[in-house]
Amino acid sequence: MSDPAPAPDPVQIRIDGVEKRYGEHEVLRGVSFDVQRGITNVIIGASGAGKSVLMRQIMRLERPDAGSIVVDGQDIVPMNEVALTKVRRKFGMVFQASALFDSMDVFENVAFPLREHTKMRRKEIRERVMARLEDLEVAHAARKMPDELSGGMQKRVAVARALVLEPEVLIYDEPTTGLDPITSRTVDELMVRTREQYGVTGIVITHDMASVFFIADRINYLYEGRITASGTPEEFLASEDPATREFLEASGVGTSAAFAKRR
Amino acid sequence: MTESVQEAPAGSAEQLPPEAPGEPGIVIRAADALIAIPVNFFAEIGVVASLLGQALFWGIRRPYRVRLWIDAMDFIGVGSIFIVGLTGLFIGMVFGIQLVDGFRQFGAENQVGAVVGLALTRELAPVFSALMVSSRAGSAMTTEIGSMRVTSQIDALTTMAVNPVQYLVVPRIIAGTLMVPLLTMLFNLIGIFGAWIICVKVLALDSGVFIDKVRWYVDLEDLNQGLIKAVVFGFTIALIACRQGFYASGGAAGVGRATNRSVVHSAVAILILDYIVTSLITGQGGL
Ligand SMILES: Nc1ncnc2c1ncn2[C@@H]1O[C@H](COP(=O)(O)OP(=O)(O)OP(=O)(O)O)[C@@H](O)[C@H]1O
Ligand SMILES: [Mg+2]
Repeated sequence: MSDPAPAPDPVQIRIDGVEKRYGEHEVLRGVSFDVQRGITNVIIGASGAGKSVLMRQIMRLERPDAGSIVVDGQDIVPMNEVALTKVRRKFGMVFQASALFDSMDVFENVAFPLREHTKMRRKEIRERVMARLEDLEVAHAARKMPDELSGGMQKRVAVARALVLEPEVLIYDEPTTGLDPITSRTVDELMVRTREQYGVTGIVITHDMASVFFIADRINYLYEGRITASGTPEEFLASEDPATREFLEASGVGTSAAFAKRR
Repeated sequence: MTESVQEAPAGSAEQLPPEAPGEPGIVIRAADALIAIPVNFFAEIGVVASLLGQALFWGIRRPYRVRLWIDAMDFIGVGSIFIVGLTGLFIGMVFGIQLVDGFRQFGAENQVGAVVGLALTRELAPVFSALMVSSRAGSAMTTEIGSMRVTSQIDALTTMAVNPVQYLVVPRIIAGTLMVPLLTMLFNLIGIFGAWIICVKVLALDSGVFIDKVRWYVDLEDLNQGLIKAVVFGFTIALIACRQGFYASGGAAGVGRATNRSVVHSAVAILILDYIVTSLITGQGGL
């Protein structure tokens, strides 16, 4: 499977036949798709389709029942926790519910990965953290505790924390859900900018279709436990697959090719 | 395929309305509940042991987050000084009254110092210190770790390549194991002081005799027995508190239930382990 060629494989993560069930409930029934390097890969799907569950498998928070997840040539499905700790340093993740440490203030939350994984001095940490917080326009809240922030601000802090180590792969679980349209757009722009600036591979779960066509380089549609459609936004809009069409139409973008032209 | 008609004579069985398959009769339910007790007990021991295995595995690995160990010691140890001291004082005082009152009946009140000293150092200090630490610090640790679990903060640690057992569980187990013995020493001192106050200042026993008896009868072995227990208890209650928090589920209500279980399991574990350790150390009691 591994590619000995010196040029980096355009596929950063190859997901093949991933299955996950909870008791009788088969959530993932053989998910296969490629996460392309250096671009934003969006996963869409109805609520309850298993998008968050899929994320938990990709981060190996849980072990899939079957299938393989090959990150830069290494299958992470059979790995133990020690080996995973190394692989996970390539990843940053923004949780659906932010998951900020509520015992630490905003600054400490964002500084946490730097303290854990770098030998940076206090001053460097301060500068890097404040730069991130300023990017996301939450610098003024640096000394606030997470529970003193609005949901949208919490999300921005969570994005700042995920970005602070400049990971190769950034995973966002519904980054704009619960944000007002203006803040959503800021987060969208931030995701695009991060990809352009650092060349990070993005995996974004969302059902905010306005966001999808703004940020996506590739779209993967999760339906009934499988990825039933993958492609560029243009290909996706042109899809003939009935389930995909239904989802697009329900989102109100089924017929408007204008979205595709914006890019 | 269990039938729920053992209680009724065979002939009357067809008159009874058929039981819904999901709702067996009371006898079956009671039997199930009884069988569930040992099954759950051993399943729970399995879960705790697996968390302990992970804690040992990660505890010996870098990085050693000494700051977190100290924070946990501060929380468990320093934070419990007041409540443990207060408990020690009152246990000592009550014990003083009871023993003087009891021993006077056969004119043996001179021996009170000996009994107070032995009872406190061997039994009361470790057991009560551990119970107080568990209800104060153990429950708080379960709540803290449990709410981190249900709000994905533990997953966030994992995704940041920080092992949550190493980060959350190891420091607390270290702190519990070290701090409960220290609190037990404190309990000993304050408890004996409390008994002395009552016996000497209130009930007019001779101070010299009281202190002599404590000195004469309480030796290092008795102190050690208490401290060994304290080590075992401190380790166990920290482990149980972490286990309940770490695997909590079901939102805020689930964290509440986990906290409740944490305190109950800790108390039961303390009492059972107290018997086991006492029996092993004294060579009596059948173990
Ligand atoms: N730990 C678990 N145990 C049992 N079932 C689970 C578990 N986690 C998820 N599920 C089930 O898996 C299904 C998919 O859940 P998931 O959270 O992945 O949905 P989603 O696609 O992220 O939805 P949303 O867009 O609303 O976030 C749901 O039916 C959920 O009940
Ligand atoms: Mg989700």
